[in-house]
Amino acid sequence: MGNYSTNEFRSGLKVMLDGDPCSILDNEFVKPGKGQAFNRVKLRNLKTGRVLEKTFKSGESVEGADVLDMDMQYLYEDGDFWYFMEPDTFEQHQATETAVGDAKLWLKEQDTCMVTLYNGSPLSVTPPIHVELEIVETDPGLRGDTAQGGSKPARLVTGATVKVPLFLDQGDVIKVDTRTAEYQGRAKD
Amino acid sequence: MEVDPPLLATTSVTDINIESIGAQAMGQSCFLQTSPEFFMKRLLVSGAGDIYSLGKVFREAEQGSRHNPEFTLLEWYRLDWDEFQLISEVENLVIGAYQSIQNIEIPVSRINYGDCFEQTLGIDPHKAKLSILQSLVEEKGYPQWGSETRANCLDLLFTEFVEPKLSKGLVTVHDYPACQAALAQTYKDAKGRLVSRRFESFLNGLELANGYFELTDAEQQSQRFQHDVKQRQQANKPVMSIDAKLDQAMRQGLPSCSGVALGVDRLLMQLSQAQSINEVLAFPWDRC
Repeated sequence: MGNYSTNEFRSGLKVMLDGDPCSILDNEFVKPGKGQAFNRVKLRNLKTGRVLEKTFKSGESVEGADVLDMDMQYLYEDGDFWYFMEPDTFEQHQATETAVGDAKLWLKEQDTCMVTLYNGSPLSVTPPIHVELEIVETDPGLRGDTAQGGSKPARLVTGATVKVPLFLDQGDVIKVDTRTAEYQGRAKD
Repeated sequence: MEVDPPLLATTSVTDINIESIGAQAMGQSCFLQTSPEFFMKRLLVSGAGDIYSLGKVFREAEQGSRHNPEFTLLEWYRLDWDEFQLISEVENLVIGAYQSIQNIEIPVSRINYGDCFEQTLGIDPHKAKLSILQSLVEEKGYPQWGSETRANCLDLLFTEFVEPKLSKGLVTVHDYPACQAALAQTYKDAKGRLVSRRFESFLNGLELANGYFELTDAEQQSQRFQHDVKQRQQANKPVMSIDAKLDQAMRQGLPSCSGVALGVDRLLMQLSQAQSINEVLAFPWDRC
């Protein structure tokens, strides 16, 4: 990977910082009229997800990070690894539990996820924004109680627990927003 | 009197942290001017009296939410005024702009550089040894500044820690450190510290204006320029030659005066509550 100078910093650029790949979120050019210019940069550490701020002298350069976002199909997990496949080449990648992180709560076989590759290996996994998952456990449904605003916890086939309206039952398939873990509605059959 | 100094000239500033944009004209290398100061001083020497200029200036590699490589500067000089009389005029201009455009009273205050620096960082910026400043900068999380010059360490500390604490409204900071005198006179203050008669005005934390009780000593000015040139060589920056025509004029005698330069785009930003300079420019650099 090449080096990038501060004047090439753009949000979304992936660079190496203290040995970790980071994504630039924000780059602010600062310069006192008669003083030296510098850049206040906000970055997300792609390994830890943490957001950090760092100041660079203007003109300083940093090494680019070999990071690539790619849509892949989720295949299965074997207890140790989660397996994803590139749709064009059918090449398979195994992701560790750390890389999959909270995404594992939403992974349904054959769904398309965004896998972030770092030096060719999965670094993180982003699930689809909306997933349709089956309820495997919840209190019995109260039919006809659709008007009342109450809710109850329901465990989904992937292991995630979300709040659902009272009328839903085990076996129902629901649509969930994975960013907020909120119930969106019943899946259309 | 309004004056209209050239934008293109054969020489430009030697300031270590200001880069001029080069051009070719009449078969030679020229520069777009970073400020009208040198031409205005030549006019002052020739007896122009109080003068102002409202025009474009250019600075290389300055672009961001508060910077555009081409911007508008209002610069003016007052004969026989000291910097505090000029600060009052800057304050009146900004107060007037807020009254007529926003119909609000803007709070105005003044503070001594040494005082606000010491209040925030606990050290005297004029007396502290360079090594103390360098280790403070490192301690604060800027290891790349560990071997920087005194002026650059002070600027970083001031910008990062003091500026955010300045009051709302228009705040004028005066008595800048002697190492940042630029073209201002220096004097020994009440505490016996050598400080410069330079001020900067900040509008809601945004650097708006920079002014001096002008240095009239041609010999001292020439030494400062030579020091700039040396620093540029050490830092591997483009070599800038000293403006000989300005030097000649200064040797004839610059009348006692104060001068200030005010960023017009920045004033407009604040008056219109713009977050970025691009909002007050029809054609910011991205669209040129």
